[in-house]
This record gives sequence, structure tokens and C-alpha cells, in this order.
Amino acid sequence: MNVRSQLSMIFHLDKCIGCHTCSIACKNIWTDRKGTDYMWWNNVETKPGTGFPSKWEDQEKYKGGWEKHNGTIRLKSTGKARIIPNIFHNPNMPSMDDYYEPWTYDYQNLFNAPEGPDQPTARPISMITGDYIDVESGPNWDDDLGGSSIYAKNDPNLEGLSEEQRQQLFAIEQLVFFYFPRICNHCMNPACVASCPSGALYKRGEDGVVLVDQKRCRAWRSCVAACPYKKVYYNWFTGKSEKCILCFPRVETGQAPACFHSCVGRIRYLGVILYDADRIEEVSNLPQEELIEGQRSLILDPSDPHVIEEARKNGIAESTIKSAQNSPSYKFIKEWKIALPPHIEYRTLPNLFYVPPMSPVIAEQKAGGLDSITEDLFHDISSSRIPMKFLANLFGGGQEGKVSYALRKQKAVRWYRRAVTVGDVSMELAERMLKEANCTIEEAQEIYELTSLCTFEDRFVIPPAHREEAVEALKDPLEHKQSTGFGFLTGPKRGM
Amino acid sequence: MGNYLDYLLFAVLPYVAVGTLLLVSIQRYRSETFTFSSLSSQFLENKKHFWALVPFHYGILVITLGHLAAFLTPRTILLWNSHPLRVAVLEVSALACGILTLIGLFAMVARRASNSKLRVVTSPIDTVLVVMLIVQVALGVWIAVAHPWGSSWFAASLTPYLRSLFTMSPDISYVTSMPLMVKLHIINAFLVVGLFPFTRLVHVLVIPNPYLWRKTQVVRWYRGDNA
Repeated sequence: MNVRSQLSMIFHLDKCIGCHTCSIACKNIWTDRKGTDYMWWNNVETKPGTGFPSKWEDQEKYKGGWEKHNGTIRLKSTGKARIIPNIFHNPNMPSMDDYYEPWTYDYQNLFNAPEGPDQPTARPISMITGDYIDVESGPNWDDDLGGSSIYAKNDPNLEGLSEEQRQQLFAIEQLVFFYFPRICNHCMNPACVASCPSGALYKRGEDGVVLVDQKRCRAWRSCVAACPYKKVYYNWFTGKSEKCILCFPRVETGQAPACFHSCVGRIRYLGVILYDADRIEEVSNLPQEELIEGQRSLILDPSDPHVIEEARKNGIAESTIKSAQNSPSYKFIKEWKIALPPHIEYRTLPNLFYVPPMSPVIAEQKAGGLDSITEDLFHDISSSRIPMKFLANLFGGGQEGKVSYALRKQKAVRWYRRAVTVGDVSMELAERMLKEANCTIEEAQEIYELTSLCTFEDRFVIPPAHREEAVEALKDPLEHKQSTGFGFLTGPKRGM
Repeated sequence: MGNYLDYLLFAVLPYVAVGTLLLVSIQRYRSETFTFSSLSSQFLENKKHFWALVPFHYGILVITLGHLAAFLTPRTILLWNSHPLRVAVLEVSALACGILTLIGLFAMVARRASNSKLRVVTSPIDTVLVVMLIVQVALGVWIAVAHPWGSSWFAASLTPYLRSLFTMSPDISYVTSMPLMVKLHIINAFLVVGLFPFTRLVHVLVIPNPYLWRKTQVVRWYRGDNA
């Protein structure tokens, strides 16, 4: 057993209102520089929809992630030997056309335009060339366009849905969509790291954050092609790849990452999980239907004395072990099993997990008024307006069972709380539903508290980074004692 | 006077060029590591990229290795060339690679000129470099056509010159009798070498060799112990 600690994220999709505050918080801090203008380390997609970059989930097109090959796994794009003939031109590199050409507006014209019969306008200007451009697409171009025949109908997750299920998603006045906020998954088996010929990408041992060493990146572009989530971006100006850094300067000082901190719906949770790094390769190579359970089995119980002992042996700090024991992530993923990894079939073992949306619908518009669609409090999850198959393609590695388990439990918690607070459903019935959902009353209460009443401290359990100790390994803290200071670091030598 | 100029171009310039290459590359790597990048523009233009970059790189790689082989193992080359058919094979393939490189270079220029986004990421030094490379490769192709059997006469007369440079006892008599275009090819080669560390060519110095042998995943720890 090789215990490692990892910052792991939970996004609760039923709480996401699609406001894009997270994206803006991130953009303002990290990607407002030249060359990063088109990047959205955090973005919020409408599902069904084609996402950003367009149709990123279509790995026939982008060739991201890992694939099974001769009993082991290999990168779908260019790993090891295959990079050599392809290094001059990466065959799977997306281009700016797959994202969008960033633009601003000619605001000065509003002030400087000569007097005339027309209102002056601020025309869009390319942030790359400075020329006027016709804007044809943008980062949220399909925002709220569930049902669109251009965007929603081209969602790769619609694969395998019956005609009836598609009807269900696209029927006029029945349209349904949900939001899908995305950041880097800081995977356990990151394809970007594995693909980098320069070894510029790496995973931090202490917290598992995946970073690009800007000084070692040589723009071979393999990472952009290899990441199946398309969360490594190429800075066209500096010639270096960049990606979400999980706001490590904030995390190291005990603050939540900017997108987490600013989240209006409070959908985001951050906590430590301990996992067994020795089994990453084995688990990544499991048959697709075993991947979700496989990844769960990698994640270790932080209260198990044996795990604690092994963690200590690996130099994991006591404070980190304690954080892992209070981790909201561990509860969502492993105890309650209601948070699921996105597209586990890419085999990168992502560390961002989603609580699938229930999208409860209690009534629908009929001629003349509202019509309750169910006798019960909520509709049955099997008749959910978002077809289970669609959610399964996105979060279940194709298996509906994993998704329905998570949804059934969420629904049971709602019934239970309804019985407690309103009382128009009997506790007996609520308890029966909990039992069917494999959930105890205590667990239901815990889920309710962490989803509905959660404070800042409940949502973000950030372990102290102990940078004060870490820095000693690199530098002698007393190195500059008695030197001159004030911008130069040599001893105060008297002139001749 | 002519002797003086020859001496300057064939006995002094090489040392200045190689000295610049070594000193500036090392200093640049030490103080401005961040600037070591291939500065790929594939992201901004992905279609013509293939038809320009692939022929250029494969062409120039083979040609450079060919020159290196003739310099390092002239006897092997001469031995290979002892049979007329084999000379022909070598000559034709070398010429093909030269033309391939030239096509790639022209395609690169056409690509950059035709795309306004690419002009933003094209620096003045890129322009100087590409002109010098075109001159260099065009001269090479021209020489290959006008003075055939270069693989033999290079090994016989230019290798000794280059060796004399290496042994710090430059003997320019081998080159002074060469045709003008060969002289220009040599002079321009040393100019490219001298310009090398000031351009994006430095990416050649950081080609990733440990990748094939390293572990698949890279993990870095604060307390050293990287695996």
C-alpha cells in the first residue's frame, strides 16, 4: 500500500444555477493575460450540449484519454514511441476554431465617433489580431440551449438513447437541461502528465494538484491532445501550456479556490481523500463496467488504523490525515456513493465527482394550467425527464445502476426531510423509501445537513500545507540572515 | 586582401559562430529558461501546418545527419560510394530531402503570410532566420545539382577543413579553391550557427530524450524524492 493524499472535489449539480460566477472569478484571477484570453480553466456547460471546446467528449475526434491495448492501457493520442514521428505536427491537436477567437469591443468608438445620424456602435475586435471580426462562437455559445438542433442534438452523451428518450429530451415545451460546471479533474492517472515528452507536467506529491512547469514546457502540445476533458490549454502567445492550478496559492494558505469560494449555489466541496497509489495502473486497466467500483476501492478509509499507519509511513502530515477524516469528499464518494466521476471510461481516474441532478419536476404546463404529473411528492426517478441513460453516459461509465442509486438516495432524503419538516408524508413511508435507497436515517440527516445547511467550513476542509516546513527542503531559512536585504542578497561588504 | 577576407570568413567566423552558439545558449538557458520553446503555432492554424512543418523537419533532419555523417565518418561514405549505383542512390535521396526541406520552408512562409493570426506570433528574428534558412537550403540544392557527387568530394576535401577547425589549426586551403556557391553555403552555415541561440531554434537543444525511458507518471514532492 502506497498511501497518497489528494485534494478531491464534489460538485452538486442539483444546486447549480448556471450563473457562471465561478468562471468569472477564475478568469479575473488567472486567465486575463495575453495568450490565455480564450482559456476557461473553469467553465459551465449546458447539458445536453456540445460544450467547450465544441464536442470535447467526442474522443473519436479528439483522441483524448487512455485506451485498452494488448492487455494494458495506452494513450489514445501520442504516448511514448508514437510521439517521435508526430512531434512536428500533432495529429490530434485541437485548433482555436474548436474553441473560439477571443474578442473585445471597440468601446472608444462610442466616445470618439463623429456626430452623425446613427448611433455609434462598439464593433467586436479580435483580441489576437486587433482586426474587426464577426463573432461566430464563444465559450458559452450554447448556454441554456437545451433542445437546440445545432448544439444539444450533437451532444456525444446521446449515444445509445432510444428515439423515445430523445423525444423526451427535445419535445417542445418539455425541454430539459442542466448545468455542468467543469474544472481540471486533477486525475489519479492523468493523461496529460503521461503524454508530456518534456516531463513538464507533474502531479504534486503532497496534494495531487496537477501542474505545468512553465520553465520546462517546450510546446510539444501532447498534453492538449491527451487530456480527454480538454482542460489543458495552449497559450498561443508564450508558447507554453497552461491549466487549472486548483488555486494552489490560495489552498496553501487555507483558502478555497476562487471558483469554489465564489460559488453562489454553494454546489462545491473540497476535501482530502487518501488513496493507494500502487493500484492506479491496475484499476485504470479494469473493464469499463468495473471502473467506478475500482476507483472507489482505491480510496482508503482515513479512520482505518492500518491506513493511518501507512499514511504516516509515507510522510503524510497528521493534520492532513485529520482533514481526510473530516473530508466531505470522502463521504459523498465512498460512504454515501452519491457522487460519481465524469466519463470514467477515459481511464484517467478523475478526482472531481458530480452528484447527478435529480431535476425534480412536480408539474407540467397543460392547456389551461399546471398539471401535477405525479400523485407523489416527486416523480419516480425512472421517469425522470433527463433519461437515465444520458446521465449514465456522462457519470456512470454507461451504467444506469450507479446513477439511479445516487438519485434514489437523494430522492429518499427529500422524502425523509419532507416528513420531518412538513409532515404531509408519513415517516413510515419515508423510512421505507430510505430503506429501498440503502440509506439510514442518520445518513439521510447527514446528507441533508451537508447539502442544505453546509457552512464554509463544512464545504471546504483544506489541510494545512505546511509550507513552512516544505520550504526548508529547498532553502535554508537562515540563508540570508545578516545579509543586506532590500532587494539584493549579498553580505554587507565595505567598499574599497 | 582576398586572402585576408578568406581567412576572416573561413578561419575566424567559424570560431565566433560556435563560440556565440555555446555561450549565448548556456547563458540564455540559465537566465531565461522560460523562453526555451518551439513556439508552436499549430493551435492558431492547423491545416497548412502539416504540409509545411512535416516536410521541413524531416528534410532538414536527414540532411543535417547526412552532413554530420560525412564529417564524422568520411571513410564509410567513400567506401559506400565505391559503387556507382550506390552513389546515385545517395545523391538522389539527399537531393530529394533538400528539395523537401525547401518546399517545407516555402510552405512555412506562405502559411505565415496568408494568416493574420500567425503574423501576430511572427517576430522579426523569425523572418531573418527563415530567409537565411531558405538561402542555405537553396544553395545546398543548387550545389547538389551543379556539382554532383558531393557526398564524395565533401568527404574528401571539406571534412579535412572542418577537422582542421576542430583541431584549432584552421587550414583554409581546402575551401579557398571551392566554387563560389560552396563558399557561400559554408559562410551562411556559420552565420546560421551564430544566429541560432537568438532564435526559436534553441528548441533543438531541449528535444525530449528521457521521455521514452522515464516512468509514465511524474510526481514531484517538496521534500525531494521525486518519482
